[in-house]
Amino acid sequence: MTTYETVIGLEVHVELATRTKLFCGCANEFGAEPNTHVCPVCLGLPGSLPVLNRTVVEFALLLGVALNFDVPPSSIFHRKNYFYPDMPKDFQVSQFDEPICVDGWIDVAGERIRIERAHMEEDTGKTTHMGGGGRIHDADYSLVDYNRAGIPLLEIVSRPDMGSAEQARGYVSELRAILATIGISDVKMEEGSMRVDANVSLRANSTDVLGTKVEIKNMNSLRSLGRAIDSEIERQSAMLDSEEVIIQETRHWDEVAGITHGMRSKEGSSDYRYFPEPDLVPVAPTDEMRKVARESVPELPAPKRERLISDWGIGSSDARVLVDDRALCAYAEAAVAAGGSGKDVTNWCTGEILGYLNEHGSTPEALILRPEGLAELVALLADDTLSRSLAKDVLEECLATPVMPREVVERRGLAQMNDEGELAALVDEVLGRNEDAIAQWKAGDEKARKKKRGFLMGELMKTSGSKGNPKVLNQLLDERLHD
Amino acid sequence: MTGAKTAVETAAAVRSGDRSARSVVEEALAAISSREEELHACNEVMADSARARAGAIDAAVAHGEDPGPLAGVPIALKDNLCVQGELTTCSSKILEGWRPPYTATVVERLLAAGAIPIAKTNLDEFAMGSSTENSAFGPTRNPHDMTRVPGGSSGGSAAAVSAGYVPLALGSDTGGSIRQPAAFCGVVGVKPTYGRVSRYGLIAFASSLDQIGPFATTVDDAALLLETIWGPDQMDSTSIPSQPDPIGAGSDVSGLRIGIIEELTDLEGIAPEVRASVERAASGLEGSGAHIERVSIPSCAYGLSAYYLIAPAEASSNLARYDGVRYGLRVDGADVAEMNAKTRAAGFGAEVKRRIMLGTYALSAGYYDAYYGQAQKVRTLIIGDFAQAYERFDVLLSPTAPTEAFKIGAKTADPLAMYMSDICTIPTNLAGHAAMSVPFGTGAEGLPIGVQVLAPALGESVMFTVARAVEGLR
Ligand SMILES: [Zn+2]
Repeated sequence: MTTYETVIGLEVHVELATRTKLFCGCANEFGAEPNTHVCPVCLGLPGSLPVLNRTVVEFALLLGVALNFDVPPSSIFHRKNYFYPDMPKDFQVSQFDEPICVDGWIDVAGERIRIERAHMEEDTGKTTHMGGGGRIHDADYSLVDYNRAGIPLLEIVSRPDMGSAEQARGYVSELRAILATIGISDVKMEEGSMRVDANVSLRANSTDVLGTKVEIKNMNSLRSLGRAIDSEIERQSAMLDSEEVIIQETRHWDEVAGITHGMRSKEGSSDYRYFPEPDLVPVAPTDEMRKVARESVPELPAPKRERLISDWGIGSSDARVLVDDRALCAYAEAAVAAGGSGKDVTNWCTGEILGYLNEHGSTPEALILRPEGLAELVALLADDTLSRSLAKDVLEECLATPVMPREVVERRGLAQMNDEGELAALVDEVLGRNEDAIAQWKAGDEKARKKKRGFLMGELMKTSGSKGNPKVLNQLLDERLHD
Repeated sequence: MTGAKTAVETAAAVRSGDRSARSVVEEALAAISSREEELHACNEVMADSARARAGAIDAAVAHGEDPGPLAGVPIALKDNLCVQGELTTCSSKILEGWRPPYTATVVERLLAAGAIPIAKTNLDEFAMGSSTENSAFGPTRNPHDMTRVPGGSSGGSAAAVSAGYVPLALGSDTGGSIRQPAAFCGVVGVKPTYGRVSRYGLIAFASSLDQIGPFATTVDDAALLLETIWGPDQMDSTSIPSQPDPIGAGSDVSGLRIGIIEELTDLEGIAPEVRASVERAASGLEGSGAHIERVSIPSCAYGLSAYYLIAPAEASSNLARYDGVRYGLRVDGADVAEMNAKTRAAGFGAEVKRRIMLGTYALSAGYYDAYYGQAQKVRTLIIGDFAQAYERFDVLLSPTAPTEAFKIGAKTADPLAMYMSDICTIPTNLAGHAAMSVPFGTGAEGLPIGVQVLAPALGESVMFTVARAVEGLR
């Protein structure tokens, strides 16, 4: 049986988080009443003309820096001509052979993924088919909402450098983290502000001839991207095994059925009759704009992870969790800046605090416990003022009411007992009323000893009201048992 | 023709209170009534709004305010310019019932200057044509001879000024659509430098060539109108960002170097009277101190072919939006694609369809390089040739059109013959330069002839100086 090499390239459309649309002053806003954010320009009314939104160019330049692109001296817009009701002009203003960003790359899990280009273009409106199960061919009628028409997009086109669904997911995940970091998009796959299409082809391992490429669309999460690619690989392998011919086409991912469907379409035969958009002038970013972009790209995810790993001594998976969640990372960094140890702060952030956020659907910005409070909690633990188990109690209170950890510790008398004399007395007392257990420890085998020792340690902690320093107690207990 | 006052005179009289804007408007409406039935220059007469504006202007004058440099001057607008709430048709059935929700920049500027839009004028459908016979609403006739065309595509605007309806009108010029009808109707017509006048609100034919410009009975009136509408506009990305210098009132051509374009003047098909008019204008200018020489601009010969690839290509895309989905005509079909096709089949006339097909073909995969790409190279060549010529000359002269106005129906069966009537005007649009037509002489049939004055980009001032001198030679 032949084995196949998978070749994957991704086209990622990102809706930009600008205040206004690409070519007019209408608000770029998700979820408004249909056809309320429209004007002669984005409706493509006769006589209207596009004027390029400068912020879109600035965002493209930020992307250029973040994804290691070249930004040529000038780029131009083209018209992509085809009829579709949700496209007001029946052409889309896009970039064709002279895009704003070319030849970029990012590293994903140690592998370099090359990125062919990124270009600016306008989004289309949104059609809803009424009746007939919502499919165009069976619908009674269709409604079009042009609020989305003219929303600025950047399309980021990778080279076919990925070999597995996992690598594709890693690429999109990294891209999403970068886009979030430079702040040019909400990057929400579920809401469609980030849309990923995958080109998948297989080739027999013995050849270097590329297989026929199939485009798959309609994946609305990283998980469905992975599933869709795997399903497509399976479909194509089966076809190749039985010597069927794979046709170049676009297929729709069906999340429920877990398979891709071919689309009834004339794809492949479409001729978009691209030509330079005569209503716009070339986009030539000035040196000043380029300089501003270079200087305003914040620390990117990859170097940030490396920094946290080396400065805070945390593991790479914790670093990824933190850096992928910009707000949580900012929170953690603020706590570290307030004196908390990086490792401890990370443990709390990726543990209890993240759990609390998920449970309450909250955000780090909204936490009652500010980063300084977390830093204080971490410090109380570090200097043995507070035991780990009580610290969780304290945190719980601090997440619920506006109070600092030290106040809670003092008010509730939760400070750890560290005084050796005090603890020795405690040990004497507890061992005094548990002579049976001591006897059993002495007589027992290793397993019995371990059990009895655990029991005694539990009694010690209980008697101390969980405040006894466990390290000291452990040490004292050992001394007494081996006396 | 009627001895009506110029725009300069009318505005002065209204601003000083010597004449009411109302009386000016009533006079224009009366002139329209008297001849419109036979001429058919207008798609729509906006009598009510014109009267209302005239009243407001008179009130402003009464309050000691200045309504602006075009106070009370009635003006006709080619019916491809958007005016909020007014029917705007492009003389096409496909825009049936459409009223724009916004107003073109040029019209906003006219209103701010106190002008009174009084009519929307007839045109070849979507400005595609040279005779105004391609209008879905029937042809406009030449005020000089009812059996002849007024030229096109801005034939309605040219006829409206020529017939004395109004002293001023706006047209649009993509390949000669202002200058050629101006020549046929015996009025002044100006195609400004590309980007000098905002296209916002001008319904596009070919975006890289379209330019709005004035019709007037005198060169001074044309200058006044141009100075009112031109200048940068943030709504048009191709608008030239610098403020234009005033045109000035000069007519002194002494020392100016003026070239007669051989390729456009000696061309086969140029009527002898037309050639004679150009030569007579040239010798007149020479008599006023200009240096006259003949100049060859070889690539001019390819202008027509390049134009008939570039303009239809852009048009095929610009006119895609008339699909029955959002506005204008809709003819129902079984599905969206059929509705689109039926709407377009019923809504567009033959010439528009011909050009959409030409343009679609020129842009198609496999043909792009041979057609559209090649045409753009010719365009570059023409720009280069003109640049060389303008190193040696301040302005150039040529005929505006090869002949005087032809008979209605004479060329409708032969598109190529029709296209030839723009051969002298097209190179200016391809180059993005300025040019204007000044009436000078008459043809064998006694109809007006126009002499074309061409200038480099932003050369309006010297162009108007020479035009004024030609006007003075009459
Ligand atoms: Zn808009």
